[in-house]
Amino acid sequence: MSNDHIVKSYDEELGRLNDLLARMGGIAEKQLADAVQAVFKRDVELAANTVASDQQIDALEHQIDAFVVQLLALRQPIADDLREVIAALKIASHLERVGDYAANIAKRVPALCQLPVVKSVHVIPRMGGLAQSMISSVLDAYADRDAHKAIEVRNADEQVDEMYTSVFRELLTYMMEDPRDITACTHLLFAAKNIERIGDHATNIAEYVYFLVHGTALTDERPKGDTSPSLVSSPAPSGPIPDAP
Amino acid sequence: MEFVTDLDTSGPPDSILPTTPKIITEGLNVFYGDNQALISVNLNINENEVTALIGPSGCGKSTYLRCLNRMNDDIEICRVDGRILLDGEDIYGRQLDPVQLRARVGMVFQKPNPFPKSIFDNVAYGPKIHGLVRHKADLEEIVMNSLERAGLANEVRDRLHEPGTSLSGGQQQRLCIARAIAVQPEVILMDEPCSALDPIATAKIEELIDELRQNYTIIIVTHSMQQAARVSQRTAFFHLGEIVEIGETAQIFTNPRDERTQGYITGRFG
Repeated sequence: MSNDHIVKSYDEELGRLNDLLARMGGIAEKQLADAVQAVFKRDVELAANTVASDQQIDALEHQIDAFVVQLLALRQPIADDLREVIAALKIASHLERVGDYAANIAKRVPALCQLPVVKSVHVIPRMGGLAQSMISSVLDAYADRDAHKAIEVRNADEQVDEMYTSVFRELLTYMMEDPRDITACTHLLFAAKNIERIGDHATNIAEYVYFLVHGTALTDERPKGDTSPSLVSSPAPSGPIPDAP
Repeated sequence: MEFVTDLDTSGPPDSILPTTPKIITEGLNVFYGDNQALISVNLNINENEVTALIGPSGCGKSTYLRCLNRMNDDIEICRVDGRILLDGEDIYGRQLDPVQLRARVGMVFQKPNPFPKSIFDNVAYGPKIHGLVRHKADLEEIVMNSLERAGLANEVRDRLHEPGTSLSGGQQQRLCIARAIAVQPEVILMDEPCSALDPIATAKIEELIDELRQNYTIIIVTHSMQQAARVSQRTAFFHLGEIVEIGETAQIFTNPRDERTQGYITGRFG
């Protein structure tokens, strides 16, 4: 913040809001990392812990919601203070979704462990790593009020989308090659989809950081790389994407 | 993603705003002796809009308000230069009678200040001295009509001959508004009209301001940021005798362009 409020307790409250959000972000980031790791290490215990920690995120979201309502009622924030409070409220709800998706990935681990190992799908951990770094960067952008960094995060989502399209094709191929892999591949496909959605939430958070800093919405269309909705089931991992019928 | 937080800070398109402002202020300087209270103020006031003037004490907003009906004329050491045009006419022009001007530009003050007369006479006084009525029946109509518009008629209908000072603070302030509108002004100036009122009386005045806007141009000085946000369409921020920022109220309170505006409205002023 540029300078301090005359009423110090107001600054303390806004500071507390920032801290709550940073804590929530930290947990969400770790949850995603753990979930992806649990899938590839076939670590049922790590997965169970990841699912359990989702409660912490939910509890923090409720705390932030209640605190924001209190701030709105008692401080009646305006201008950048208002954006601060609104952005925190919205970002918290996106982080809560990130936690949900991570937990959903982790929930698939026990099932995956009972199924044969699918040919290594290298893209998923890379995708997870990229989504995780988006979350981490966007939290930094929030902490530093760095709109430039937020735009970088937003632009990175295109890569996650492209990776998802690639995973989609790859898994489709495996399923066609060997129907016994369909169950495992479907779980992995959902895991990949969850990561792709996490990227979208990171993007939304980035847009709120931009709004927080500049007071205007990012309006220009961002690049999108998810072409999976138009894919048809022909296993052509390296060929051009056929048009949707 | 569908980003829905796009705040509409643009306000109405220019085409639906009145093409000529009701009041045009150009290069207004005001001095009290050697002290300059206003420094080259340029400000346009649109017709049928509420314009809020905000800023710290001593920033010149009340001085500006008082220039608009030449109340500063009565202060000997006060000197005004620059131009204020009301409907294109210079209000400091020689041919303009300040008394007539004050009938066109009415004023409501911080503390309700009814005359020590009956409720009826408080409202009737202006129309009588300005010779707006010939018959008693006309006067009664003007008084009741003004009380009606000020949202006070139902509360005082049966006690019109009781003293104005017997009313509650909020009612007294609405009586003062009735008194101001009885002479059929075009512009109403309000200098912190709610600062002495409780929240319910304040809400009634704010509702009244919103209704009066249909027929009058209103300029309100207020120290309550929430009040400026609630009642006005445009807000001007004064600081050290200058206008720092003027804009649509929604823009000023969500995304002020000037650091000083932001500092003041959010309570960070040094």
